[in-house]
Amino acid sequence: MSVPVVKAPDAVRPARPRRLRYGVRWTLRRPGLVLSVLFLVWVLLWAAVPGLFATHDPLVGVPADKLLPPGPGHWFGTDHLGRDLFSRTVHGASLSLGATALAVFVGFVAGSVLGLFSGFVGGWSDEVVMRCVDVMMSIPGLLLSLAVVTVLGFGTLNVAVAVGIAAVAGFARVMRADVLRTCTEVFVEAAESLGVSRRRTLVRHVLPHSIGSVLVLAALEFGTAILAVSSLSFLGFGAAPPTPEWGSLVSEGRNYLVSAWWLTTLPGLVIVLTMLATNRVARALDAGRGEDR
Amino acid sequence: MTGYLLRRVAQGVFVLWAAFTASFVILYLLPSDPVEIMLASTGSMGEMDPAAVAELRAEHHVDDPFYVQYGIALGRFVQGDLGTSIPQRLPVTELIGRAFPETLRLAALAFVLALALGGGVALLSGFLRGGRLRRLLLSLPPLLVSVPSFWAGLLLLQVFSFRLGWFPALGNQGFGSLVLPAVTLALPTAAVIAQVLTKSLMLTWREPFVVTATAKGASRPRILFVDVLRHASLPGFTIVGMTIGNLLAGAIVVETVFSRLGVGRLVEQAVAAQDIPMIQGLVVLSALVFVVVNTGADLLYPLIDPRIRPSRAVKA
Repeated sequence: MSVPVVKAPDAVRPARPRRLRYGVRWTLRRPGLVLSVLFLVWVLLWAAVPGLFATHDPLVGVPADKLLPPGPGHWFGTDHLGRDLFSRTVHGASLSLGATALAVFVGFVAGSVLGLFSGFVGGWSDEVVMRCVDVMMSIPGLLLSLAVVTVLGFGTLNVAVAVGIAAVAGFARVMRADVLRTCTEVFVEAAESLGVSRRRTLVRHVLPHSIGSVLVLAALEFGTAILAVSSLSFLGFGAAPPTPEWGSLVSEGRNYLVSAWWLTTLPGLVIVLTMLATNRVARALDAGRGEDR
Repeated sequence: MTGYLLRRVAQGVFVLWAAFTASFVILYLLPSDPVEIMLASTGSMGEMDPAAVAELRAEHHVDDPFYVQYGIALGRFVQGDLGTSIPQRLPVTELIGRAFPETLRLAALAFVLALALGGGVALLSGFLRGGRLRRLLLSLPPLLVSVPSFWAGLLLLQVFSFRLGWFPALGNQGFGSLVLPAVTLALPTAAVIAQVLTKSLMLTWREPFVVTATAKGASRPRILFVDVLRHASLPGFTIVGMTIGNLLAGAIVVETVFSRLGVGRLVEQAVAAQDIPMIQGLVVLSALVFVVVNTGADLLYPLIDPRIRPSRAVKA
């Protein structure tokens, strides 16, 4: 796997298309992966242009049509105010997925910067940062997010930031490990001996070689973040009531468990499918990276 | 051995102190005013007279510099006092002490279920060499990880409480009310255990001692249960700490879904009421559980794998 392959100069040219064709074939041989990608694109389109997919207004209900089971008129049925559940789910995608993306972004940026700094500078500042990371790891993520939400206040944005903060420690640890490994490489030593400044070494040589694992972790973290964001929203700390959010849609349906099963089951199913698809794609990225090396 | 134990205890005390400090910093330094939250929660924001507000502020040391506040809080913490819950006006330790047994019962049953389910899946897939059943078993854990526990819980409620009427839907009465929450709580943990154990079993099958055992004529089940399982369960022990933490975090959602009393419910209520001392107490509690579980797991290591010496395993 990690054996360096020395190619003749003329063999380098057609490598690109062949690699692309190989990649396409590799993907097509995995129907689950293809389905996952298609599903994710579909859900992302919901988030981007909900108006195109929603069949009804997500906020205005028809009282006469309340608690209708799923059918051709209302694909996911209607809730206790006669609002179309499918349209609400479609409109909820932008908040839920947006919050997820923001959470991963916060965790990724803060964690990577912390890990990069910690690993590259070393010494006692590394020690301090890593002890802090250890402590953050000792507290369950959901509890940590909830503590942050308590202080920041409720709302989708705050939930996203809180979930991101809970993810910082994991990113920092992975980033630091990779930075430490990269710093022992010959090219870093070479750069230093050539008199390249510390900052330039960090940005040009250490960072590009250390970012890979963290990127894969970011992909894996998406699934966790969807779960955390929707859990917090289910507990009622997300957007205020009329605004649809995936977690809060499930929680709104709790009062109608006996009479209207679809209110909890169908939005929840969308969450499950999104998580399944995200995790499948993340695992493919992880595996692809492993084969690359 | 005593030296090792002492060092472990010192490490544990450090983690507790750090969790206390970290939660203190997060909860007290960020822009929010505990007295305002307190007044808002009692609904007496407008009509409190300024002198009383000032008295309350002095009592809670809100306007003192940070290190004074921290010193006072740390002094109380050392004596086992985590402050008073703002809306309930009772000591945090008392409220947690009352709720903890309920959650402990739930988490213990969930842990046993998760171990049985996750271990069962891993062992069966480790025993089968290939085929459709094995592929099905291997696809179970990623599926279970993707199911949010609030949804799983509501689905179980719908089917087993409302349709079939096998279990009571809500509350803390008796064993019957414990089953569905425990199953809900166990599912994600079982998935993690299954994933870790399956991988570890697969790696262990390639160890030389398996070849030796096969050469000696041991049967496949014997090798699996006697030789491989013991060796492969080691990575399982390292994730036990994480698993227990997940169970505690999961209890927040599960106890809310099933309207059970317990520590998880306390968390949910404390966040809803912005009850900062309560949240801090619960964070410290989870750190305490983490310390106890991890120290326990480390002490058990040498019993399973005699090659690991406690004195060498200090730097974890």
